[in-house]
Amino acid sequence: MSLQSEVDIRDVSVRFGNVQVLEKLNLKIAPSEFIVLLGPSGCGKSTLLNAIAGLLDVSDGQMWIGGRNVTWEEPKDRGIAMVFQSYALYPRMSVKKNMSFGLEVAGTPRAEIEARVAEAAQMLKLTPLLERKPAALSGGQRQRVAIGRALVRKVGVYLFDEPLSNLDAQLRAELRVEIKRLHARLGATMIYVTHDQIEALTLADRIAVMQGGVIQQLAAPKDIYRRPVNRFVASFVGSPAMNFIAGRVEAGLFFHAGDYRIPLAGYAFAGAPAAGAATLGIRPEHVLAGHEAGPDAIAAKVEMVEPMGADTLIWSRLPDGASLSIRHAADAAVREGDTLPVSFPADALSVFDDTPAGARL
Amino acid sequence: MSGAAAMQTMSPPGDAGGPRSARPVRMTPARWGLYAFLAITAAFFLLPLWVMVVTSLKTMNEIRLGAIIAPPLAPTLEAWAKAWSSACTGLACDGIRVGFWNSVKILVPSVFISILVGSMTGYALSFWRVPGANVLFTAMMIVAFIPYQVFIYPLVRVFAFIGLGQSIATIVIVHTIFGLPTMTLLFRNYFSSLPIELFKAARIDGASFYQIFFRIMMPMATPMIVVAVILQVTGIWNDFILGLVFAGRENLPMTVQLNNIVASVQGEREYNVDMAATMLTALLPLVVYFGSGRWFVRGIAAGAVKG
Repeated sequence: MSLQSEVDIRDVSVRFGNVQVLEKLNLKIAPSEFIVLLGPSGCGKSTLLNAIAGLLDVSDGQMWIGGRNVTWEEPKDRGIAMVFQSYALYPRMSVKKNMSFGLEVAGTPRAEIEARVAEAAQMLKLTPLLERKPAALSGGQRQRVAIGRALVRKVGVYLFDEPLSNLDAQLRAELRVEIKRLHARLGATMIYVTHDQIEALTLADRIAVMQGGVIQQLAAPKDIYRRPVNRFVASFVGSPAMNFIAGRVEAGLFFHAGDYRIPLAGYAFAGAPAAGAATLGIRPEHVLAGHEAGPDAIAAKVEMVEPMGADTLIWSRLPDGASLSIRHAADAAVREGDTLPVSFPADALSVFDDTPAGARL
Repeated sequence: MSGAAAMQTMSPPGDAGGPRSARPVRMTPARWGLYAFLAITAAFFLLPLWVMVVTSLKTMNEIRLGAIIAPPLAPTLEAWAKAWSSACTGLACDGIRVGFWNSVKILVPSVFISILVGSMTGYALSFWRVPGANVLFTAMMIVAFIPYQVFIYPLVRVFAFIGLGQSIATIVIVHTIFGLPTMTLLFRNYFSSLPIELFKAARIDGASFYQIFFRIMMPMATPMIVVAVILQVTGIWNDFILGLVFAGRENLPMTVQLNNIVASVQGEREYNVDMAATMLTALLPLVVYFGSGRWFVRGIAAGAVKG
C-alpha cells in the first residue's frame, strides 16, 4: 500500500448557475502530503473536495491527479477514495460487503478482494465486526468501516469530507490519532476537509485556510498559527481567539493605542514598515503577565478568570477599553478586579493593515 | 390517532396524580357514546358485505322469501361453484374463472413492469439530476391529473397504427403508462429522503447507474416496493375500462366478466350467483388489504418522515 499521487488543481472554477463558488483556484499537493482544507461553512472547501473526487463538474480549469488529466474522468477512474461525514455505508450490506462492493463492481478476483478486506479490517480493528450490518455498529465503528472501504481501493489519494464531525469529542480524538497513524503507515496523499482547527493543526502537513472560495493561506500549521497572512486567518485559527487591538504603527516602531505604546523592535515586518492605522494581534498564550511582564508593562484590569485545568484563561481590559484574553499558568493567584501588568513580546505579534482584508504588515 | 392520544392525556381535569401520569381510562358516559357510535358506523358500512355473503350462501328459494339480512337457513356453496365455473357471460357458460386467469395474466406483468419503470424513473430523477429533471417531473404530475378517458381514443389509434391492436401486451403497456406518475412520485420522494452521500459513495466505488439502482437503492426501498405493489395490484385488478378497451375479446379481465355475468339474464336473475361472482372478484384486493395493512402504513410513513 504505497501508492502516492500528486494532485494539481489548475485554475479551477465552479459555478452553480450564477453563483461562483470557486474562482480560478490553484493548489498543488505533493505526493504523500497530508493537506487540510480549513474554513467556515460555505467557504467552498467541500465543493473543492467534491470537484477533486469528480462528483461535481468543474466549470473551468483542469484537475491533474498522479500526472494524468482527470478533469472529465469518472470518480472511479481518478485513483481516489473518499470518506464522508455521514459515513454513507450501504445499510443493507454487511461490513465485509460494504468494503468489498467497490472491488466486486470493478471485477477484482475473489482471492484479491478477500486479502484486501482482511488487511484493511485488521488495520482498523474491524475483523470481529465483519459480518455485522451498519445499524449494529456505533458511530466510531461506522466511520472506521467507511475508512476501511476507502482503504481497500488502494489508491494514491484519499479524500476525507469532515469525517469526524458526527462523532463525540472523545471518539473524535481517538479516530484523529488513528487517521494520522494511517497516513504515516500508507504514505498516501490525503486531502481532508474540516472546520475544526484542532484537527487541521494536528493532522496537516500543510493547511489551506479558505474563505469565500479563495485560499487565504497555504502553509504549515505552525506558520498558519504563528504568522497568519491576514486578519481572517488570524481570527479563524486559534482557540481562544487571537486578541486584536486597534491603533497606529508609528515610525519610531511603536504601536500606539489609547495612551500606551507597544514597542515593535524585533517584529519581522513583511515589507518596509510604514506608519499608519493598523491592528495588532496577539495570541492569549503569548501575552506576558505578572512579574514576567517587565518594566514597560501595561496595567490590565482583570474581569473574569476561567480555570481550565491545565492553565487559566484570564479575561481582562486594557486602559483604552480593548479586551484582552491571557492564557496563564494554572496556579496564578489572579482574581477578578485585580490589576495585572502585561506586555507583548514583539516576536509573537502580528500586525495587520487597516484594509478590509487586513493583510499582515 | 395522535388526536385520540392527546385527548387521553388531557381527559381527567383536576386529577391529583400529576399532569401527565398515565392512569386507566374509566368508562365515562361520553366514552360509551363514542363506542356506540363507532359500532353503529362499522355495522352500517359492513351491511352490504354481510348481505352479499349471506345471499351468496342461500338457495334461490330462500332468497325469494325476501329476508335480505337474515343468515342462510342451510348454507350452501353451490352458487359459488356456479359463479366460478359455469355462469354464463352472453353465449359462453364457463363462469368467471376465465376472467380470473385473464386478470392474473394482465396483473403480474403490469405490476412488475410499472414498478420497475416507475422506481427507476424516480431514482433517476432524484439522484442523477439530468438537466430539466424538475420540468419533466412537473409535467408528469400534471399529466397524472388528466382523466383517463381523454387518452383512450388516441391510444387506441396509436396501438392500431403500430399494429399492436388489442392484446395482453397492449394492456400491460397501458397500465405501465398510467401507473408511471404515481410510481415515480412514490419512489422519487423516498429516494430524495436518502442521504446523497450514499449515492456519491457508490459512484466512487465505481458502481454504474444500474448497479447503484439494483444493488444499493432497491434493497433499501423494500417498504416502498410493498406500498407500490399494493397500490398497483388493487388498482389494476379493479380496472374496468382500460381492460375492456385494450385487452381484447379473448383477454377480458375479471371485472368485465363480472359485469357480463351480472348483466346477462336468462329467465330469473340469480342473485346468489351474482353475489358469489362479485365476492370472488373482490377477493384479491380484500386479501391484499387485510394482509398488508401494517406494511402499507409503514411504507406511507417511511415516505413521509425522513430517516
